[in-house]
Amino acid sequence: MNLSLFIVVPILTAIIALLSPGVATVRRISLSGVTVQLLLSIVLTVLYMRRRAAGDLTPMLFQDRHSWFSVLHIDYHIGVDGISVAMILLTAFVMLAAVLVSWRIVSMGKEFFVLLLVLSAGAYGFFISLDLFTLFFFLEVSVIPKFLLIGVWGSGRKEYSAMKLALMLMGGSALVFVGLLGLYYHTAVFGHGGWHSFDLADVASTHLPLAVQRTFFPFLFIGFGIFTALFPFHTWVPDGHSSAPTAGSMFLAGISMKLGGYGCIRMALLMPEAARAYSPYIVTLAVIAIVYGALATMMQKDLKYINAYSSISHCGFILLGIGMLTSTAIRGAVLQMISHGLMTALFFAAIGMIYDRTHTRAVEKLGGLLKVMPFISTVFVVAGLCSLGLPGLSGFVAEATVFMGSWERPGGAYHLATILACASIVITAVYILRATGQVVMGPLKDPQHNVLTDATWNERLAGIVLISGIIAMGVAPFWLNELIAK
Amino acid sequence: MWTGIILSLRQELAITVIIFLLLFIKIGAREYRTESLLRLVNALLAVNLVLGFFPVSDSVLFSGMFHTNGMIVLEKNILNLGTLIVSLLAYDWLKDHPQALEFYVLLLATLTGFFFMISSGHLLLFYLGLELSTIPLTALSSFDLEKRRSSEAGMKFIISSAFSSALLLFGISLLYGATGTLGFDAIARHLDGSAFQLFAFILILSGFAFKISVVPFHLWTADVYEGSPVSVTAYLSVISKGAVFFIFVQTLYTVFRPMADSWYRIVVLLSVLTMLTGNLFALRQSNFKRLLAFSSIAQSGFILAGITGSSRSGDASVIYFILIYVFSNLGAFGVVSLVSAATGKEEIDDYKGLYSTNPLLSWVMAISLFSLAGIPPTAGFFGKFFLLMAGAGKGNYTFIVIAALNMVISLYYYLRVIKVIFMETQPQPIARLKIPLMPNIAFILCLVGTLVTGLIGWVYDYIYSLSIGL
Repeated sequence: MNLSLFIVVPILTAIIALLSPGVATVRRISLSGVTVQLLLSIVLTVLYMRRRAAGDLTPMLFQDRHSWFSVLHIDYHIGVDGISVAMILLTAFVMLAAVLVSWRIVSMGKEFFVLLLVLSAGAYGFFISLDLFTLFFFLEVSVIPKFLLIGVWGSGRKEYSAMKLALMLMGGSALVFVGLLGLYYHTAVFGHGGWHSFDLADVASTHLPLAVQRTFFPFLFIGFGIFTALFPFHTWVPDGHSSAPTAGSMFLAGISMKLGGYGCIRMALLMPEAARAYSPYIVTLAVIAIVYGALATMMQKDLKYINAYSSISHCGFILLGIGMLTSTAIRGAVLQMISHGLMTALFFAAIGMIYDRTHTRAVEKLGGLLKVMPFISTVFVVAGLCSLGLPGLSGFVAEATVFMGSWERPGGAYHLATILACASIVITAVYILRATGQVVMGPLKDPQHNVLTDATWNERLAGIVLISGIIAMGVAPFWLNELIAK
Repeated sequence: MWTGIILSLRQELAITVIIFLLLFIKIGAREYRTESLLRLVNALLAVNLVLGFFPVSDSVLFSGMFHTNGMIVLEKNILNLGTLIVSLLAYDWLKDHPQALEFYVLLLATLTGFFFMISSGHLLLFYLGLELSTIPLTALSSFDLEKRRSSEAGMKFIISSAFSSALLLFGISLLYGATGTLGFDAIARHLDGSAFQLFAFILILSGFAFKISVVPFHLWTADVYEGSPVSVTAYLSVISKGAVFFIFVQTLYTVFRPMADSWYRIVVLLSVLTMLTGNLFALRQSNFKRLLAFSSIAQSGFILAGITGSSRSGDASVIYFILIYVFSNLGAFGVVSLVSAATGKEEIDDYKGLYSTNPLLSWVMAISLFSLAGIPPTAGFFGKFFLLMAGAGKGNYTFIVIAALNMVISLYYYLRVIKVIFMETQPQPIARLKIPLMPNIAFILCLVGTLVTGLIGWVYDYIYSLSIGL
C-alpha cells in the first residue's frame, strides 16, 4: 500500500474544495474526502495485520523512500508499525466526525474545511514519517491551521488563546528542533567519516553515547511533551480547547495532543538509556499532571473547560505509561492515546451540539437536557462514562493496561505513583458524574430550552462514528492490542 | 580576448546597457508615456534575468581584480530576480511619479555596483562597487520628493553610510599596512591573526555590519526604512542586504579564513545580539514598515547564525536563505506597497478586516509572513532550518537554543499581523483594491517561490554544489 496516499488525499481534497464554489459543495467534497481517508485507514489496518499474520517481521512495513535534500542526506522516508497504524485509524475516525459536526458552519465555510483538511494531512504525515526531518516538518505544518481555526472561528478570548497556543507549541517545536540537530550531528552512518542522518533507523543503529542521549533527550521529550500537556507546560490546553470551534477542539484534543505522545514514545524507544535515566522525572511530572488536572477539573464551571482540564489529567496517563517504560505500560499509553482521542472528540462534539442550541456552556445554567434532546444527552453520558473508565468502553481498557504496566515496574516509588494515578479515577468519577447529573438529568432548568431540537442527521452520524469506535475498543480490545504489540 | 571579457562581464554589461538606453530616452525623446516606459523597463529586466542563466565558465579578469564563477553568477541572478520583482511591484507607485525614469537609472546603477562588489577579488574594486551602489541608494531613499520624511531618510542614510564607509576604509588601509596588498588571495596568505590584523578586521567587519544592519550598527535601519518609499525600502531590505551578505560570506570564508577562530566568536555574539534586538523591538511596532525593518534586522541575525557554520554548509545555507528571503520579504512588502500607493495607509491597525475586502492580498501577506517566521510548508521553514543546522555543525548548542527560542519570539509579531488581518474588524476597512497586471505577476512569482522553493530539494542541492568548499 502506498502510504503517501494519506498525505495526497487530504491535500487533493483541500485543493478541490478550494476551487469549488459554494459552501454546500465544499462540505460535500470534504465529507467524501474524509470518508476516503477512513476507508484508506481501514484498508491499511487490514493489510497490515495480514502482513503481520503472514509472519513479516520487518519493524516498519510499507516503506517508501525518496531522496529529498540529497547533500544533507534528508529523505522523504515513510513507513508504519502498529503504533502508527493505530494512530492513523484514530485520525481518520476523528476527522470524519469533525467534518460532520461542522456541517452547519456558515461564515467562511470554505476556508474552514480547507484548513481542517490541511491539518489532517499534517497529522497523517507526522504518523507515517520515518525520518526526523519529515516528522518535524509535519509537526509544524499544523501551526498555521490551528492558529487560524481558533482565531477566526473560535469563541470567547479566541485571539488570546490562538496566540498562546501557537507560541507555546512553537516553543515545543523549537526544543524538538534543537534535539533533532543534536541527534543528527551525533549520528554517523557507515562508521567514521560517514555522513549524518535524520533517519530513525540510522539514529537507532548508531549507538549514541549516554552523554549525548542525556543532553538531547530532555529537549525532545519536553518539546513533544508540550504538545501533550506535560506539566508545567499544559497552560495552553484549557484556553486553546475552550476557545476553539467544535471541530477544532476535537482535532486539538483528539489528534494534536497525540502527536506529542507519539513523539515521546518514539524518542523513548530511540534513546532507551536516557529514557531510563530520566524516568523518575517523567513519572513525577505525569502524576502531578494526573492529580492536578483532575483536581482542577473539579473547580470548572464551563463544560469545555471541564473537558480541557480532564484532558490534561488523561494525557498524564499517556506520559505515565511512557515514563514507566515496561512494554505493557507503553502499550497502555498507546491505547490511552486512542481511547482519549475518541472519547474527548466525542465529548467536545456533544458539548458543541449543546452549545449550538442553548448558547451556553455553563453547567449551572443547564439541566434536564435528556428530556428535550435525548440523543445528544446520551452521547454526552457515553463520553462521560468512557472518561471515568467504565468497563465495556475504551477508557477502561486503556487505563487498566497503563496501571498494570506501571505496576510491573519494580520500586516503591513507582508503585506509589501508580497508586496515586489510580486514585485519581475517583476524582474523575466525581466531576464527571456531577457534570452529567447537572446537565443531563433532573428537571429542565431553563424553560426556554423546551423548544430545542435533538441532533440532526450529521450530528447523529458523527456521534455514532465515534461511539462505535469507543465500543469496538472497549468490547474487543484484543485486536487493537495485537496491532500495537506487533 | 574581448569576447572572454564581455562574456564574463555580461551581467554587468546588460544592466549598463539598460541604463544607457534609459538615458538616451531621457535626452532624445521629447515626451514619453510613463506607463509604456515602465512596461519597457520591466520587459528588459525580465530578459536580463533570463540571459543571466546562460552558463559561462569561471574566469578571472584584470589580474585578479574581477572574478566570476557559478556561485557568483547565481548570486547575481538572485539579485536580478529580486530587482525585477521590486520593479514590478513599484509599478503602481511609479506610474504617477514624475521621475520614474530617473528612478530606474539610479536603481540600476546601484545594482551594477553590487555586481562589481560581489565579483571583486580586490579590496579596491570591492570598495568602488560598494560606493557605486551606496550613493544612488541615498538618492533613492529620498525619492518621495514632496515628503519630508523621505528626505530625512535620505539624509540619515547618507550620514550613516559615510560613517560606515569611513570605518571600512580605515580597516582596509590598516589591512594594507599589515599585509602590503589589497588582493583577496594575497591578503589571505599574509594573515596570521596578530592583534593589529584583528583590529583591522574588526573595523572592516563594522563597515559590513552597517550595511547588513547588524546590532549595534542597526540604528539607521528603522528610520530609513520608514521614511523611504516602500519600493526603495523593499530594495534596501532585500537586494542591498543580500548583496552585502554575499560578499561578506565570501570574504569571511576566503580572505579571513586564517582568522576563523577569532571571527567565529565575534559573529556568534553579533548574531545573538542582532536576533534579540530585532525581535524585541519588533514586538512593539505599530507601523508596518518599521515592523518589517526590525524583522529584517532579526533575519540578519539568523543569517549570521548560518555563517558560523562550516564553510560549505554555511555558504550554501546563507545563499539559499537569501533566495527564499527575496520571495517572502518582497511578498510582504508588495502588499504594503500596493496598499500604501492606493490609500497611503501604513499602520498595522489600518489592515484590520483586510481579509473581508481583499482575500487574495491577505493570503499573499499571510504566506509571506509565515515564510519569514519559518513555518512549513513555506520555504522559510527550510531556509531557517538549514541556517541553524549549519550553525549547529560547530557543536555550540547553547547558541542554537537561543536562536530557536528567537524563532518563537518572532512568531509573535508575525502572528499579530495575521490576527489583525484575519480576525479583527473595523468600520471602514481598506477598500477592495484592483491589482494591476505587473504587481500581479510579482505576487505570483513570490507565492510560487515561497511555496515551491523549499519543497523541491534540488534547489538546495544545486546551491550546495556551487558553494565554497574549503
